[in-house]
Amino acid sequence: MKNKKIINKILIAPYTIWMIGFIVIPLLFIIYYGFTTKRGDFTFNNVVDFFSLIHLKSFYLAIRLSLLSTIICVVLSYPLALIFREGNFSKKSFIIYVFILPMWMNSLLRIFAWLTLLEKKGVINLILSFFKLPNINIINTDAAIIFGMVYNFLPFMILPIYNSVMKIDENTINAALDLGASKVTTFFKIILPLSVPGMVSGITMVFIPALTTIVISKILGGGQVLLIGNVIEQEFIESSNWHLGSGLSIILILFIFITMALTSKYYDKEGGNFL
Amino acid sequence: MAKKLIDLVNISKSFDKDLIIDDLTLSIKENSFVTLLGPSGCGKTTILRIIGGFTSPDKGQVFFDGEDITNLSPNKRQLNTVFQKYALFPNMNVADNIAFGLRVKKKSESYIKDKIKYALKLVNLDGYENRQIDALSGGQQQRIAIARAIVNEPKVLLLDEPLGALDLKLRQEMQYELIRLKNELGITFIYVTHDQEEALTMSDTIVVMNQGYIQQMGTPEEIYNEPENAFVATFIGDSNILPGKMIEDYLVEILGSKFKCIDSGFGKNKLVDVVIRPEDVELVEKDSEKAILKGVMTHSIFKGEMYEMECKSNDGFEWLVHSTILKEPGTEVGIYVEPKNIQIMNKPQSEDEKALDVEELDE
Ligand SMILES: Nc1ncnc2c1ncn2[C@@H]1O[C@H](COP(=O)(O)OP(=O)(O)OP(=O)(O)O)[C@@H](O)[C@H]1O
Ligand SMILES: [Mg+2]
Repeated sequence: MKNKKIINKILIAPYTIWMIGFIVIPLLFIIYYGFTTKRGDFTFNNVVDFFSLIHLKSFYLAIRLSLLSTIICVVLSYPLALIFREGNFSKKSFIIYVFILPMWMNSLLRIFAWLTLLEKKGVINLILSFFKLPNINIINTDAAIIFGMVYNFLPFMILPIYNSVMKIDENTINAALDLGASKVTTFFKIILPLSVPGMVSGITMVFIPALTTIVISKILGGGQVLLIGNVIEQEFIESSNWHLGSGLSIILILFIFITMALTSKYYDKEGGNFL
Repeated sequence: MAKKLIDLVNISKSFDKDLIIDDLTLSIKENSFVTLLGPSGCGKTTILRIIGGFTSPDKGQVFFDGEDITNLSPNKRQLNTVFQKYALFPNMNVADNIAFGLRVKKKSESYIKDKIKYALKLVNLDGYENRQIDALSGGQQQRIAIARAIVNEPKVLLLDEPLGALDLKLRQEMQYELIRLKNELGITFIYVTHDQEEALTMSDTIVVMNQGYIQQMGTPEEIYNEPENAFVATFIGDSNILPGKMIEDYLVEILGSKFKCIDSGFGKNKLVDVVIRPEDVELVEKDSEKAILKGVMTHSIFKGEMYEMECKSNDGFEWLVHSTILKEPGTEVGIYVEPKNIQIMNKPQSEDEKALDVEELDE
């Protein structure tokens, strides 16, 4: 008994050290910086500054873009999940890999790839010009950022939704058809409600990283579109104002905690563990 | 004569190259109670799924009321299914489950409310309207599944082992309820079970299946009293199956002794299988004139309405005997069988009839 406890402790030790070193201590630093001035005096100003017009604006923008991307991801994921479910093709796992595969590549690289594709004189426009077609001009706009978010986070939506749609017993769906429901009715009355847990874990896995993204908005927004993540980054790096950066972060972290607490009721633990 | 309602014509179906249903043809009359009976994995559910439209046959056609419905989607078919594993909607409570089909058909809420009440009463679950599905026992779920199907008043009800999860008493009650329901509503029942007793008590036609073939189709009496082959005989009730030789018409040789029988037309010296039901084996005094074979009692168990005994005849065959009169193990007895109780069957012949192989039967 005792031995087992000691072994357990030894096994847990690396994680505990990792957690303390990389999560707890940085968090304590953020809290310390967030509530102090440069001179080290206690203050609420950094935290309250989150609610200044300029910061609220970039926070609102971040929420708007990440919500839109999340909705687009949901709308794209369902048809795919249903096709996977219904499909008789034996290469199911292959198709799933097509979606997972890009995740093995550094996301920074992938975003840069889209930059070269979408740029004013980028690959896509070159091809369009070649065929004498009108050029697209979305780089450095909200649209480009939404595009980047959807592209980057879509797999995190597809997998949990696919997972929970796959878990629905075939006969539950057959029963709805049997009782006269059309495929559309069956989707809205049976499949959608039964996959809510997967959808919720997908939403948390897309919405929160999208909300706090720095890279996508920086590269595809060309510095023209400032999201809350970019504002915080600027405070830390360009203005070297760690105190304000930490203050803003505290509110953002609180916001994320509240969001997660609200959705945890529906959170599908199994689906979440899929990755 | 009742008209044909459902016709399966030359249906074949394979899964991953395994032939599950092989060229099956079956007619189901309006208002009948047809039971598909067979061991696990013989393709009963597959046939129901083909009739319900959840899987399409590789070959053959399905007709409903004379109309080809082979490719009609399930929501357009005038039949309802009670699925083997209930398949209730876990995101809805009992009332919403039952109401599902009616809401799809846009019935009025007051009509729906009455129907729910009526259906719950029928399945002995009044007052369960607001229960969640996962708060029900298996047997209760099964009954809700029945209620959900019947409120739609379908022309045909497909039931896949609907009483499997119920205890004996409730099962018998539900058997009566289902028969009453069928007669009241004038629904045609296609019923799947692997419980032969249930099949015998409920149906007016039994289809005995094994490995995708129909072994025999007939009334319960025909199936029980005149099994066409050894598979049917063993599957329906207990029986003694013996190798025999038809010496001539009305005379069969079993275990080296000659028995009179009432079958003819097999030819001379033809090898056959002989079925004798255990209740038809008469144990007589060993010196009696009636005794055709002699043997020794080996086992006896009291079963309530009769004794189940085993008797080893001199040639080594173990006879299963049902009788109200006990013969103690060790007693020497004579064996006699009335000619009318000897059922002669052809031996399996062709490759096709391999399906009859009794060895395969493991229920
Ligand atoms: N979707 C499927 N894919 C592959 N094989 C299947 C499929 N459905 C059924 N089978 C196979 O077909 C055979 C018949 O199955 P079926 O479900 O019809 O049996 P059953 O007679 O209903 O048995 P039980 O009494 O156990 O319910 C089985 O061997 C089964 O493994
Ligand atoms: Mg079955």
